[in-house]
Amino acid sequence: MDAIRFLTPYEFSPTVLVATLLAAVLFARGQRAARRAGEPVGVWRGLGFWVGLGLTYAVLQTHIDYLSQHMFWVHRGQHLVLHHLGPILMVLAVPHAVMARALPAGLRERWLRPLWHHPLVHGSYRLLQNPVVASLLFVGIIYFWLLPSVHFAAMLNVAYYNAMNWSVLAEGLLFWWLILDPRSPAHGGLGFGVRMIMLWAVMPPQILLGAYISLNNGVLFEVYNICGRAWAVSPLVDQQIGGLLTWIPASMMSVITALIVLARWMRDSEGRPAARTEAA
Amino acid sequence: MGGWRRRLALVTAALALMVAGCAPDQDGWRLTNITGLMPELAFTLTDDTGDTVTGADFRGRPVLMYFGYTHCPDVCPTTLTTLRRALGRLDGGAERVRVLFVTVDPARDTRAAMHRYVNAFGPQFVGLRGTPDQLQDLTRRYRVVYNRDKPDGRGNYLVAHSAAVFVFDRSGTPRLVARPSDQPADVAHDLRRLLPEG
Repeated sequence: MDAIRFLTPYEFSPTVLVATLLAAVLFARGQRAARRAGEPVGVWRGLGFWVGLGLTYAVLQTHIDYLSQHMFWVHRGQHLVLHHLGPILMVLAVPHAVMARALPAGLRERWLRPLWHHPLVHGSYRLLQNPVVASLLFVGIIYFWLLPSVHFAAMLNVAYYNAMNWSVLAEGLLFWWLILDPRSPAHGGLGFGVRMIMLWAVMPPQILLGAYISLNNGVLFEVYNICGRAWAVSPLVDQQIGGLLTWIPASMMSVITALIVLARWMRDSEGRPAARTEAA
Repeated sequence: MGGWRRRLALVTAALALMVAGCAPDQDGWRLTNITGLMPELAFTLTDDTGDTVTGADFRGRPVLMYFGYTHCPDVCPTTLTTLRRALGRLDGGAERVRVLFVTVDPARDTRAAMHRYVNAFGPQFVGLRGTPDQLQDLTRRYRVVYNRDKPDGRGNYLVAHSAAVFVFDRSGTPRLVARPSDQPADVAHDLRRLLPEG
């Protein structure tokens, strides 16, 4: 497969294209506005966002998506990006604060702010971001799409497949924002101790699931046998690698983000602001 | 506290419903039930007599669709033989069923080669070939792979492809998937149910 073809979408999705372009344009304009205002977005913050957005787009709209449909372990890698790596890199940049600068003040103040404070929107957000609910959702969504019968349906039906990828990405953004919100508890962020407990709590279920998949002697996900694998790999080897990807890198993300939270917690308790609320 | 507990219970119930609704249950079928999951039969290809045919041409008949190629060493002949035996087990109506054998190797599978190959299995077997774009459209539609290996020194090569047989009812709706492990009796059992169905 030549490189150009590989980089084109396997199944073109206008939704992904529009969402990615919108995020890219808003972030780029926000970056420029911030620079003009003399408060430039840090190099690493900016880079993190672009890499996160680029990776997310790449796993959805290049032939990586084709491979994800036809190889269980590539699918697990795709979800590692959609649910972990992509959202982590993007939320570390506090992207909505940057994007807000790109929006016309009228739109921001007259439409988005009232919408955000609408009881229905804010109430659902508060519910989803309850630490217990957020942790259950984070783990629940991984388990849900890996129930063999659900996985079977999601891999055969385009609508379910898209629902799977979007729900995993949206859930990843919500969860990691809760964990990596730079605001200290005094400024509206979640308590650092609670964040550490959440990061710890979501680890064992992921380890358990990854181990269950990779150590299973039977083929759990028959759909790859039916539709064919992208290249010749024995079903059990595919499943073992997929299980390991669910198990080890996913847990490592918890460890790395816990280090970030820990560093912020220490800075906060030393009395220095973890990050300026304004910049955030 | 009671408020969000109730909401949590609601969310859990909704998820459970989704699980139940997503995957069709077996409902008495012996092959794997995929009712409601895949799009209806649609394609434009050339058959082994040279005519251009579309999915709509096969409405009114149960259709079995299988991807393979005539140089396929084992799995294709085995699968097609299973289908031939299944048709032989039908007491009546076997002549109304069509088996579409779509080649994933149009370079070597000429119209004549396809014609010879499918005729060896029976009159219900139709050989179909298409341009790379037509083939790609169809394989993407049914989410199956095909992948040509590198040729050996004498130019021979294998083509990796899905092993599934997609079973469509008379309205062109995908209902079932047969796997290589399914027996002729299982295929025949389900075809008997599909024949009178509309």
